[in-house]
Amino acid sequence: MKVGVVTFPGSLDDQDAARAVRFAGAKPVSLWHRDSDLHGVDAVILPGGFSYGDYLRCGAISRFAPVMTSIIEQAKSGLPVLGICNGFQILCESHLLPGALTRNQGLHFLCGPQKIRIENTTSAWTSNFVQGQEIVIPLKNGEGSFQCDDSTLAQLEGEGRVIARYLGENPNGSRNFIAGITNAKGNVVGIMPHPEHAIDSLTGPTTDGLAFFTSVLTTLVGK
Amino acid sequence: MALDTVAIASTTPDQVQPFAELGLKSDEYQRIHEILGRRPSSSELAMYSVMWSEHCSYKSSKVHLRQFGEKAPKSDALLVGIGENAGVVDVGQGYAVTFKIESHNHPSFIEPNQGAATGIGGIVRDILTMGARPIAVMDPLRFGPADAPDTRRVLPGVIAGIGGYGNCLGLPNIGGEIVFDQTYAGNPLVNALCVGVMRHEQIKLAKASGPGNLVVLFGAKTGGDGIGGVSVLASETFGSSGPAKRPSVQVGDPFTEKVLIECSLEIFAEDLVIGIQDLGGAGLSCATSELASGGSGGMEVELDKVPLRDPSLSPEEILMSESQERMCAIVEPSKIARFLEICEKWDVTVTVIGKVTNGERLIITWHGEVIVDVPPRTVAHDGPVYNRPMTKPAYLDQLNAKTLDLPMPKNSSEIKAAILKLMSSANMADKSWVTSQYDKYVQGNTIQSQPQDSGMVRIDENSNLGVAISTDANASWSYLNPYEGAKLALAEAARNIATAGAKPLAVTNCLNFGSPEDPEVMWQFAETVRGLADGCLEMGLPVTGGNVSFYNQTGDVAILPTPIIGVLGVIQDVRTRTPMAFDRPGLELYLLGETRADLAGSQWAYLHGERGGQAPLANLKNEMSLIDLLLESQSIFEAAHDLSQGGLIATLTEMVLEHSVGASINLDGDLAIALLSETPGRVVVAVRKEDARVLSDTAFKHNIAVTRIGETGGESLSINDVVLDLTELRTTFTQTFPKLFG
Repeated sequence: MKVGVVTFPGSLDDQDAARAVRFAGAKPVSLWHRDSDLHGVDAVILPGGFSYGDYLRCGAISRFAPVMTSIIEQAKSGLPVLGICNGFQILCESHLLPGALTRNQGLHFLCGPQKIRIENTTSAWTSNFVQGQEIVIPLKNGEGSFQCDDSTLAQLEGEGRVIARYLGENPNGSRNFIAGITNAKGNVVGIMPHPEHAIDSLTGPTTDGLAFFTSVLTTLVGK
Repeated sequence: MALDTVAIASTTPDQVQPFAELGLKSDEYQRIHEILGRRPSSSELAMYSVMWSEHCSYKSSKVHLRQFGEKAPKSDALLVGIGENAGVVDVGQGYAVTFKIESHNHPSFIEPNQGAATGIGGIVRDILTMGARPIAVMDPLRFGPADAPDTRRVLPGVIAGIGGYGNCLGLPNIGGEIVFDQTYAGNPLVNALCVGVMRHEQIKLAKASGPGNLVVLFGAKTGGDGIGGVSVLASETFGSSGPAKRPSVQVGDPFTEKVLIECSLEIFAEDLVIGIQDLGGAGLSCATSELASGGSGGMEVELDKVPLRDPSLSPEEILMSESQERMCAIVEPSKIARFLEICEKWDVTVTVIGKVTNGERLIITWHGEVIVDVPPRTVAHDGPVYNRPMTKPAYLDQLNAKTLDLPMPKNSSEIKAAILKLMSSANMADKSWVTSQYDKYVQGNTIQSQPQDSGMVRIDENSNLGVAISTDANASWSYLNPYEGAKLALAEAARNIATAGAKPLAVTNCLNFGSPEDPEVMWQFAETVRGLADGCLEMGLPVTGGNVSFYNQTGDVAILPTPIIGVLGVIQDVRTRTPMAFDRPGLELYLLGETRADLAGSQWAYLHGERGGQAPLANLKNEMSLIDLLLESQSIFEAAHDLSQGGLIATLTEMVLEHSVGASINLDGDLAIALLSETPGRVVVAVRKEDARVLSDTAFKHNIAVTRIGETGGESLSINDVVLDLTELRTTFTQTFPKLFG
């Protein structure tokens, strides 16, 4: 099983995402932003970071990268895609996911362990969780406040497309405490906190994040 | 604006030049005449003035810093020593680690966000320049009083700058310090440390050798930022056709730096450079003269080829510009095509600006006319050296003789009140408001970060080899006794490394002082260097490099002498490291080391506005025994935490709150002294009951006092009959920063 990890200029967590893929038992394949060839990967991760310096708006330039043209096209026909943090922002800018990530309510970059609840275990990236499972993975971002209009919010909630919600105090002012969402098909997932930083208790707060990466393997095998 | 060339300089010997405005003394200006046999051209004057500045030439500190070489202990670990961009240490398994601290104090006062950001940017490039991948940063900080209005301007800006730049580079921030004191009100200290790792064979040096090799400038375009002083040349001497005054604080772009790092590492991996230098202080003046003098001396540079952000810049300004995110490499002609290709891959601007020659002079031209023709060594290394006058400060004897008259808590309610007062004070309170703004997870190798005693990162995922770093200074002790203060800071940093289970290996430093022209400050500085050099010799730890920051003073008031000492250690298997806090009940707590009534320079004294008394004397032999004990017994420690500012009570507070597991403590003797004294050379450890015997045997062997002080468990920290509920203690400890700065 091959999982592509995209490197944009300014990507920071690409090595971490590749390590998580390895830990889950798959082969990470490095994808370069200028290369539209996805090298036959079975799934794609858009890692965290500040792609293209986050100039203009987070993710606004990355969506036009050659690699994204292929990813957008294949995502529409079911390729599992996980966007973490900056990757989530890119997915929203690419209109693979609705809404937008805006500046944290407190106006500071925030980094620390974050408790979240898994709300949907039918997506390609959350199938190995138990419905309602409470997990702790790192949150680290300056622009992680999920915003959308009322009708989109109603649709996301109505269709069960919120995949994870913050527990405790709302860390960034996201609507309905939303930490992650999926598309209607369940193959594209965006999540603000970082599962790839919680795969080894030596370096992360828990190993709770690993299930995101094993989930996609289960999903692919089941196909 | 008329161009001043070498030819014109030769025929107009009497032209008046603004050397004083550029910070040169008249005898220094005279020396430039003697070196060149004529007056310098304005470009040469610009280069000499900036390279002979205190910041670049270390002219006041050089005579003292020599001791680090003269008293250097024998060490097999040192691969590259003082003089290069950063020292390099062998950590085993073929890995080399490089680390260094630098100051960015003055810019951070003027423009806190950009000042701090570019401080991170500069030190990261120093590490990169050695051929290493930067793997972590730390930042020791000092500010004026926490509740002063200006601290509310400076501190949040500095934190946002460090976070904004470091986070965007993908470098975990693994530690540092924040200390408040009145003397830093007009002179905050922003020191930044970076550590990087490479294989032995990947070490790069700043040298331009091999005639015909190309001088390549890559990275950001050159702009008008950070030129500061040299605007005198542009505006006063040469008319005013361009923008008259330039900003003196550099502006950073972390995205450009991140791309530059990846681009450079790919270039290094393919072995495409002969020598490399980053452009930091003094920009191209520094890079070209240092590269040339690191080689055979000959270099020609066509300055008009330098890509500019601002086309109105004069040649003098281009030479001085401190625009960030630039590197200068020496590349063989056969490798230039691949070099350019990699730059193109990363969208990095790259230009061949000159070549290495077989001559001995650095020659810089501007559209074909020679504007600089100098022996490069005279610019880079032969700057003036001062043996500045020194006097033991008048205040010292009187201060040292003072008997402390501090209000000491007596009964249990007074002790409880004292603990809450101390632990809520800005110097002692929880710093997570700050550290939560830094990314500590990125790269996936952070084993320990703030508030642990040291930062620790894994450098090999298979073997689990890691390095630990701690930075420390106790300026209150240095103020009372700079010689001992330096040794004590060294001891504390080394102890912090060993507490986590790593073996101390090498030292870096950032020496922050007032004006070297004040003989009393100069004495503080000289005593500090003497203490640090003696301490390093005794502890067998080589100094790998460092930085001196002078002129940290407001009017006549200098900052407290603040030598920040960084110690690097190695740990063979990061999985065995000892955390600072216990996470379960039923463990026994022991205090290693003896406690005396050391309140001079303590936080308790500081809280009462008392600066007097005698600083403790460093007993490095004892410190080394303690380190040996810590390393030998590492496998039985469930937790270990150093005692420093705030004494035993600070250590216990931090230990119980980390995992919300309380402790019952019983102490003999004067309880206030036991809790508040800051006697150095002490550590609290938690062990299982069955290991207690091994601990006391090992401590006896190393001649270290060991005292059972209690055990872990419960919902409170109880000390004799004083009971502190963990919730109450946590509120007290954590609310200070959000209240002040939130």
